[in-house]
Amino acid sequence: MKLTVWTYEGPPHVGAMRVATGMRDLHYVLHAPQGDTYADLLFTMIERRDHRPPVTYTTFQARDLGADTANLFKTAAQDAYDRFKPQAIIVGASCTAELIQDDPGGMAETMGLPVPTIPLELPSYQRKENFGADETFFQIVKALAKPMERTKQITANLIGPTALGFRHRDDIQEVTALLSDMGISVNVVAPMTSSPADIARMGAAHFNVLMYPETAESAARWMERELDQPYTKTVPIGVGATRDFIAEVAAISGNEAYLDTSRLRLPWYSKSVDSTYLTGKRVFLFGDGTHVLAAARIAQDEMGFEVVGMGCYNREMARPVRAKAKEMGLTATITDDYLEVERVIEALQPEMILGTQMERHIGKRLGIPCAVISAPVHVQDFPARYSPQMGIEGANVIFDTWVHPLVMGLEEHLLHMFREDFEFHDAAGPSHHGGHARKPEDGGGPAPQPAASPRSLSGKMNEGSVIWLADAEKELKKIPFFVRGKARRNTELFATERGVAEISVDTLYEAKAHYAR
Amino acid sequence: MTELPRLPAAGGCRETPILKQRGQREVFCGLTGIIWLHRKMQDAFFLVVGSRTCAHLLQSAAGVMIFAEPRFGTAILEETDLAGLADAQDELDKVVDELLARRPDIKQLFLVGSCPSEVIKLDLAKAAERMTQRHAPSVRVLNFSGSGIETTFTQGEDACLASMVPVLPKTDERQLLLVGALPDVVEEQAIGLLEAMGIGPIKVLPAPRAGDDLGIGENTVYALTQPFLGDTHDALTRRGARHLPAPFPFGEEGTTQWLAAIAAEFKVSPDLFEKVTAAPRARARKAIAQAAEALNGKTIFFFPDSQLEIPLARFLTRECGMDAIEVGAPFIHKGLVGPDLDLLAAGPTISEGQDVDLQLDRAKAAKPDLTVCGLGLANPLEAEGLATKWAIELVFTPVHFYEQAGDLAGLFSRPIHRADLLKLEGTA
Repeated sequence: MKLTVWTYEGPPHVGAMRVATGMRDLHYVLHAPQGDTYADLLFTMIERRDHRPPVTYTTFQARDLGADTANLFKTAAQDAYDRFKPQAIIVGASCTAELIQDDPGGMAETMGLPVPTIPLELPSYQRKENFGADETFFQIVKALAKPMERTKQITANLIGPTALGFRHRDDIQEVTALLSDMGISVNVVAPMTSSPADIARMGAAHFNVLMYPETAESAARWMERELDQPYTKTVPIGVGATRDFIAEVAAISGNEAYLDTSRLRLPWYSKSVDSTYLTGKRVFLFGDGTHVLAAARIAQDEMGFEVVGMGCYNREMARPVRAKAKEMGLTATITDDYLEVERVIEALQPEMILGTQMERHIGKRLGIPCAVISAPVHVQDFPARYSPQMGIEGANVIFDTWVHPLVMGLEEHLLHMFREDFEFHDAAGPSHHGGHARKPEDGGGPAPQPAASPRSLSGKMNEGSVIWLADAEKELKKIPFFVRGKARRNTELFATERGVAEISVDTLYEAKAHYAR
Repeated sequence: MTELPRLPAAGGCRETPILKQRGQREVFCGLTGIIWLHRKMQDAFFLVVGSRTCAHLLQSAAGVMIFAEPRFGTAILEETDLAGLADAQDELDKVVDELLARRPDIKQLFLVGSCPSEVIKLDLAKAAERMTQRHAPSVRVLNFSGSGIETTFTQGEDACLASMVPVLPKTDERQLLLVGALPDVVEEQAIGLLEAMGIGPIKVLPAPRAGDDLGIGENTVYALTQPFLGDTHDALTRRGARHLPAPFPFGEEGTTQWLAAIAAEFKVSPDLFEKVTAAPRARARKAIAQAAEALNGKTIFFFPDSQLEIPLARFLTRECGMDAIEVGAPFIHKGLVGPDLDLLAAGPTISEGQDVDLQLDRAKAAKPDLTVCGLGLANPLEAEGLATKWAIELVFTPVHFYEQAGDLAGLFSRPIHRADLLKLEGTA
């Protein structure tokens, strides 16, 4: 039993719903109690879908238990087929139905429905949403895709995009354009946009583009083995990764590598002098493995940030994320415990978080700017405008998104110079964020405060019981908020290491000199 | 007393045969009530004993991450817990010890049953008893079920309040108890009106804090502020308290009738009643009239959601001039909504429970001007050209009593007004 406040991933049947809802002419019959229908609103509200997800829930109640839940399932499956006439049906159980062991897959098989019926085994008490999506897509592909003659022209399948995916809608368009520029057309995009009939003709493509390992790696491996289709290992998020992706596609397809960079702005924007202020910004990365790995490379090589911590919530990606962290001299945080992520961020005091909507909330609390790079999604992650993460435009979008929460270069200096100004103090926050103001009690600490109280102690006593004298505390406040957390931490560390119990102004500057290498 | 309500000439809906269909239901489970209950009871923590699905539901229904550290959480059952029940009880003790150590401000802990905990028959009543002894006197531990196999949406609040009644101390004091978790501002308005009539002492269930001196006994009379409190109603009756049946306090008429039932019990003079209610009644009528312009003559269709459907249909048809086509409720308790059914003119289909696909067929055929439904159905219906009102907002927004009557009407007129306002096609 594990105490959980917030979760990064839903249960595995929600992953199956993401696959089913992304597809057309497929129906999901889910053995589940009525409350599980809440999942519909994820799609209709967060993603603003204009159709109900293609899911029939059996919605059994307490009085059905032990009586005829099995019959209820059969009726629901038959009704769903009669009403929706899908090309294929997937069947499974949610967490509660798993406990009553009705075996929906077995029952559906005996019903003799005139379309393929694909049973799903998604262990709700062990696995989570991404596994559910990956396994569901794999089972659908395994059941429907067959070896067949290749298309005459070189074609690829794009695999991995699902409903409720982080920018999947726009990434499809971007990757399609990258391939098209190289003379490669798209055979099938799946699961999103495809029907079961489309899945059946996936074998005609020459290779697969694995867009999101979280949701399609099992299918990619199976197709490599059974359909003899290689798949791409590079996820084209960021400039370098996009170039590597193009090279990989060229190697697989035999077509000449080509990348139209006429619209690519990230490299120049990053080199231009205004971006000097991005140098060495201390960032913390957290999200799903794929987006975190991509973000680590962009942060370090394309933005000039310093990555001070990284991690992912999906254990399936722990190995590559750990390896990447080690390469950067860090230890990865692999956890789905939101409170643990918060503790790590609090300890690291980064200047920016690149995370999920959950970390955005942590950032709000701690006064640390945050840009969102990964699911779990929020209604804000489905903007009306074209906003991919992949390819050329994806790189441009990422530059803008990451820079936006930060204070601009000159503004940063002005805030430093006119710290005592009643309107232009650092607690007022970046000028381009209307109506935003940090709460005075937040970690970064506010500038305008009454003079230190006679107690002359900082309210904050750290573990080593180092005390900040009033003058030092006041001096600390003069340091701009975006580095104040780091200065406080370094000074306390410096004092503790030397057995200094009270921090004076001198200690503060001795620490500054010590760390200024 | 005030004038009697005009009863519908052709009779009300109390005897209308109820359409009951059995099929897929598209509703929340009772856990959802935790979202508002944990804000109302400021020293309470709600620990759901369930699965990742429960945690995901709470997070999704709350709109991800509204509160930094909410006063609710989920003890997620894992493979190991399902193997043997003795283990699960020990595990639960561990989780609760950890939780109470971290949150010493908690005075009431609710162990909330879920579908999986019900199915594996995890005895939360036993756990609550054990923990109450272990953590007494600083923490009281209660349990109720919010499971989707037993409860629908607002029934979770009912189950929670009902679980509190048996442990209330006994009192012989003559008192009025208002039952239902209302936003503070609304609750204060109601108390203000009643006190102005000289009624008192007035107590509220749930009380904002566990220590508040709330007792119950045979001299207690109670008024329900929400129509979904059937189990709480039974529990209060068992403690000897007496119910004051009335239409629910939505709109000017509902509020007046609700107040009048209490005033009659406390023998308030008609003059005083008139004096206290005249001004707010006039304000409510005026505010409703503004919003009702857009609603007058329009048709409405209710999908089952919160059990507020019948009182709201009564308000919208009688005070806003709407025509109800179908009034669906997840559960109809005539002992509670009977007075509202009496006032609702015969005509609309009254349905209980649902087969969502068949009900959608009826709604699409009827083409109502406004459809009240859950979040899973709203955008798909909008996409088909039907204006909708999300039902969940009716539980999250202050809508009771006189001063909110205009806001309540406004919740329904806004989607219609918006549809008129938007000009998204070219003019050529």
